Amino acid sequence: MFVAWRDLRFAKGRFALMGAVITLITLLVGLLSALSAGLARQNISAITGLPADRIAFAAPGPGRSPSYGDSTVTARQWRRWAEVPGVTRAEPLGITSTKATAGDRSAPVSAFGVRAGSRLAPDGGAIHDRTAVLSAAAAAGLGGLAPGDTFALAGRRLTVAAVAGDASFSHTPVIWTALSTWASVAPPGAAGTAAGPDAGATATVIALDTTAGADVAAADRAIGTRTVTKDGSLSAIGSYASENGSLQLMRGFLFAISALVVGAFFTVWTIQRAGDIAVLKALGASTAHLLKDALGQAAALLVVGTLLGTGIAAALGALVVPDTVPFLLTPATVLAPAAVMILLGALGAALSVRRITSVDPLTALGSAR
Amino acid sequence: MSLDLSDVTLTYPDGDDRLTALDHVTLHVPRGTLTAVAGPSGSGKSSLLAVAATLVTPDAGTVSVDGVTTTGLSRAELTGLRRRTIGIVFQQPHLLPSLTALEQLQLMASIDGRSPAGARGRALELLAAVGLADRAGRRPHQLSGGQRQRVGIARALMNEPTLLLVDEPTSALDHERGAAVVDLITRLTRERGTATVLVTHDRTHLRAADRIVEVDDGRLGDPPSGSGTSVGYRPQGGVTATMSG
Repeated sequence: MFVAWRDLRFAKGRFALMGAVITLITLLVGLLSALSAGLARQNISAITGLPADRIAFAAPGPGRSPSYGDSTVTARQWRRWAEVPGVTRAEPLGITSTKATAGDRSAPVSAFGVRAGSRLAPDGGAIHDRTAVLSAAAAAGLGGLAPGDTFALAGRRLTVAAVAGDASFSHTPVIWTALSTWASVAPPGAAGTAAGPDAGATATVIALDTTAGADVAAADRAIGTRTVTKDGSLSAIGSYASENGSLQLMRGFLFAISALVVGAFFTVWTIQRAGDIAVLKALGASTAHLLKDALGQAAALLVVGTLLGTGIAAALGALVVPDTVPFLLTPATVLAPAAVMILLGALGAALSVRRITSVDPLTALGSAR
Repeated sequence: MSLDLSDVTLTYPDGDDRLTALDHVTLHVPRGTLTAVAGPSGSGKSSLLAVAATLVTPDAGTVSVDGVTTTGLSRAELTGLRRRTIGIVFQQPHLLPSLTALEQLQLMASIDGRSPAGARGRALELLAAVGLADRAGRRPHQLSGGQRQRVGIARALMNEPTLLLVDEPTSALDHERGAAVVDLITRLTRERGTATVLVTHDRTHLRAADRIVEVDDGRLGDPPSGSGTSVGYRPQGGVTATMSG
């Protein structure tokens, strides 16, 4: 790094310009990552927070994928799932979007129907036909409801049993209700029309706790469901799949642009230094020594630029972005993109400085080099 | 003996043919002596220097530097040999623009895996030896052409080489400064006991050499009569030299 540090100081204008570009791209990636994570949390936190490892959907038609919007499972199906060897728990879960009203305040919410006492809901033991558990955002959106207050869910009057958790689904806060309450507020198609002893007893999906011994595929065929992992089920949330896909595509392009910009800069820089490199090789500098020097220089520039960009992104997120914008600042949303930026930038730099290996020291001899 | 070229032949591709740059050249250069290599442009002077510097592998013959035969050495081994044993002074000083005069010398310690800070004393001593003790903190653009060339000479001596190869060091200097640089190289050759090969096209500098060899069309021969320089080697240098081809 003997030459690298001195080059950084000597050509500080050029390196400052490149550092500023890296800082700005990192800032953009950082903001986008935090926004993506915030939006994703609003979309999926109710599902990712479920105490289950698999989700069973009603088997979709041929060539179609499972969807939380289309699925309807029956009581017979979740009872059969509960009897499958290796399945420790099978809990029905009804999901629908509706409107809640308290006084003159109303808000769009997601109603999650569970059986009384179900572990799926926070404070599930407090959920009965006339009570509900509200997520903190739902309670706040309805004017700050507290336990004992009443509100209307799609016209059905309920009492707040508890305010717990921050679950949200498809950008709306979750209200946990009894499965029967959910059935009464869900659209007829969603609540189903089962006959006999199971009349009205339907749900959207079945949340499963399984062990390694569970033959999920065989059970799916026998019961008429399609079971996926909990994380895999996120793509069954229509808004999440399209929204997250777009944001991740943008982020991926930014990473690629960053690698290309860094690679282009160091390509030009290495070409400009080809004469110096030839002299150093003629004087006895090994190629490994020169590569280490050049890559160290690139790494220093990347680390400083990325840390600056990450710091600005974190400061903006903490101090400037309003509460209404879903912006999630965590080590994963701030540091992971920074690490990827450094890795991809280093890859771009490595590809460009590899031309050091092809510089012929013989060109240092003679007047024209 | 520090440089020993024995029956060296070097050819370059030239279209469908091969151009002979060195034709069965034999040259021995002992330590503490200065051998001047003269000849017209394209005669093979630079090829001779490139072979001696281990930058080019000859088609035939053997090259030995400080007792080490370079034939069969890997590229990394040749680089190491060059770093520890050979000092090169280029036609242009080729100093790195971001480094001060002192750092140009410390760089040689860095590429040898030694601490640049630890080499500061030797670097300052060498700068003093070339008369630039008061220019140690200056970058190349703050030095004159002659001063830059002297920094290049000091840099070449930094790793205590036994072989010093000097490629037309006066080509970019006026006569007075050129003469001063050649005098400096001659003095350092004596003081530090290097085997020095000086390639030059300026015959006025040949009088400083212990031995003069003429390169013509890739072959070594006696210098032309009337060059104003002695033929063969000077007795005080104790030189043994052989020319063939």
